[in-house]
Amino acid sequence: MHIAESPPAPAVAETPSPLRLPQWLEPVRRYGEYVLGAATALAILALLWAAFAYAPTEATQGDVQRIEYIHVPMAWVAYLAFFVVFAASILYLWRRDPRWDLLAATSAEIGTIFTTLVLVTGSLWGRPVWGTWWQWDARMTTTLILWFVYVAYLLLRSYTGLSEGGARAAAVLGIVGFIDVPINYLSVTWWRTLHPALQVQLGQTPDAPPAVVWTLMLGLLAFTLLYAFLMLQVNRLNTLQRAAQLLRARAELESAD
Amino acid sequence: MTSTRLFWEQVGALLWKDLRCELRTRQVWISMALFALLVLVVFNFAFDLQVENKAAVAPGALWIAFVFASTLGLGRTLAAEQDRGSMDRLLLCPVDRKAIYCAKLLGNLLFIGVVELVSLPVFAAIYNLPVLRVGLIPIVVLGTLGVAALGTLFAAIAANTRAREVLLPLLLFPLIVPVVIAAVKATQGLITPISGDAPWLGLIAAFDVIFLSISVVTFQYVIEE
Amino acid sequence: MSAKLSLRAEDAHIQPTVKPPSSTPAALPAVAVERAGKLYGVRPVLRGVSFAVPTGGTLALLGPNGAGKTTLLRALATLTTLSGGTAHVAGLDVRQDAAEVRKIVGYVGHQPHLYDELTARENLLFFARMYGLRDGRERAERLIERVGLRAKANDRVRQLSRGQAQRLALARGILHEPAVLLLDEPDTGLDEEASALLDTLLRERAAGGQTTIFTTHQIERGLALADSAVVLVAGRVAYAGPARELSADDVRTLYGKGAAR
Repeated sequence: MHIAESPPAPAVAETPSPLRLPQWLEPVRRYGEYVLGAATALAILALLWAAFAYAPTEATQGDVQRIEYIHVPMAWVAYLAFFVVFAASILYLWRRDPRWDLLAATSAEIGTIFTTLVLVTGSLWGRPVWGTWWQWDARMTTTLILWFVYVAYLLLRSYTGLSEGGARAAAVLGIVGFIDVPINYLSVTWWRTLHPALQVQLGQTPDAPPAVVWTLMLGLLAFTLLYAFLMLQVNRLNTLQRAAQLLRARAELESAD
Repeated sequence: MTSTRLFWEQVGALLWKDLRCELRTRQVWISMALFALLVLVVFNFAFDLQVENKAAVAPGALWIAFVFASTLGLGRTLAAEQDRGSMDRLLLCPVDRKAIYCAKLLGNLLFIGVVELVSLPVFAAIYNLPVLRVGLIPIVVLGTLGVAALGTLFAAIAANTRAREVLLPLLLFPLIVPVVIAAVKATQGLITPISGDAPWLGLIAAFDVIFLSISVVTFQYVIEE
Repeated sequence: MSAKLSLRAEDAHIQPTVKPPSSTPAALPAVAVERAGKLYGVRPVLRGVSFAVPTGGTLALLGPNGAGKTTLLRALATLTTLSGGTAHVAGLDVRQDAAEVRKIVGYVGHQPHLYDELTARENLLFFARMYGLRDGRERAERLIERVGLRAKANDRVRQLSRGQAQRLALARGILHEPAVLLLDEPDTGLDEEASALLDTLLRERAAGGQTTIFTTHQIERGLALADSAVVLVAGRVAYAGPARELSADDVRTLYGKGAAR
């Protein structure tokens, strides 16, 4: 008598495979990453030049204002990253493909870092301008709340670990959190407009000189490229990490049999 | 039985069951009410409210008390399912997961409502503010609905984790900031009306509609294993 | 030892492994599991499990602790979703048609799935309402009578003994007269009277063309009560076939082999 041989474990513990691209896109996959990395480096260098040399010195704030060319793009990325979390969360709940869950987690990690930097640079910028390290202005306050939502998301993921239920819960949080952002901004803006005696608003007036606008645009481009580059790297890292966990677990089980 | 009628029949059965169980055990809502009152009193000491700034600051105390007491209670109705057999008892039944959400939400609203009913007269008395007006009702109802809608959803999420007591406020508080701001402002507006004030009540109403819908739809993803 | 024991899982195909008494060809099996797999995180608990139970059959699901029996039953009860493979109950997919499956499946698990603060009667009435039963009251009374809890009907569940709570859990499981009843170790914690009750219930169900799957650690008893058996070892099917062709010793050997591998 021998133990019946069962068919091998179902193809659910497979390592996540990369997307299958059509043949003519293959070069993009092979070399795209290097192009992206180079473009990112170039753009950031260009931004640094533009921010310090090209853009004019601001009248009232002086050179301190130049931090805006980093602060604003980082804020853009922080919110962009959260949008990616939102979109990936919806796709995960719809498709149940763990790759979307991984993407959401990756974007949340990166987004948290950028949000923290936005708050720090905002504070550094504000100190000489406002005279204090913090003011409850609408945009900074909304970003602060975004920070808390990000952190709650990461905390939830750490508490629930590698489980499918945890992934679903995080996805729900990602969706709810993102939809909350505009409502938050609205409520905080109304809240602040009741205090017209507020000091200088950080940010540009609509009639800023073109050099400033161009530098800001360049900043947005540079940091978006940076975000994309980081996403690529960290997502790959997370994918490999999870694949390693699956392989290790399966190896342990095969040997135990 | 038509499916709609069955849906509400099930919501009713769940609500009855929750209320029955809650009334027969430790009275959580009594602790909630006491907690709310305590917050109101401590707030007074912490901020040393004088007559001048009272009208501006006191509504904040009221809503802090409500939010904190709600957070205490929100965990309870979900925790009741976790003991001995967990949500499986309900998930086995052919009940729409939305019905479970509705029942839990209604139960939470009831508990928080009782706490508010108790706290408001006390608040009006110790802070000596003319706040007990008809205009207060929509603010309290809509504000509580906003907190409870998301709170019920997040209580379900937190209930599955190890640190559920701590996680619930961490998840909930950042997201209900609009409700807190709007409710406090609206309450202030009741006491000292400001012309041309922002439509706070409208904001809360929009918040409620949006997040009630989302919570109803996403609840099932959160409670299934 | 019969040749059936070298049955390989490929042979335990989607067709019924035991012919129903009336020999109706191509009758839809009550329960059909095909290559079911379940992962908890990275840990596989079920691996390629396949078997079928004809309508009216009684299946004994045997296996050592941790073999995946509870997970399998929970998947059939729609409490958990399979990571791979499919399971059908009366032709309904447990994933796609979960709501319909819940109406025809009864589940009695390790935990009583009852509300401590409600009385025995209130518990049954509550679940009757949840199942949308019109004659909930009559059924509840009948079942209370049947499981011998008339004296305790108005006592809260927290005041019942373990055996009494188990009996009430059984009553809850059959309240909606499910076509397929899943029992996870129903014999633990039962007193003698309740044990006899369980036997009668299983026999009645078989006679009435209702399907039952149960797990147990009392191998002899299990094999005696069932007409077919599936032995699960480390998440895999080690045997699937008629219960009468399997002896308790065979089963224990299978368990042992699983541990040694």
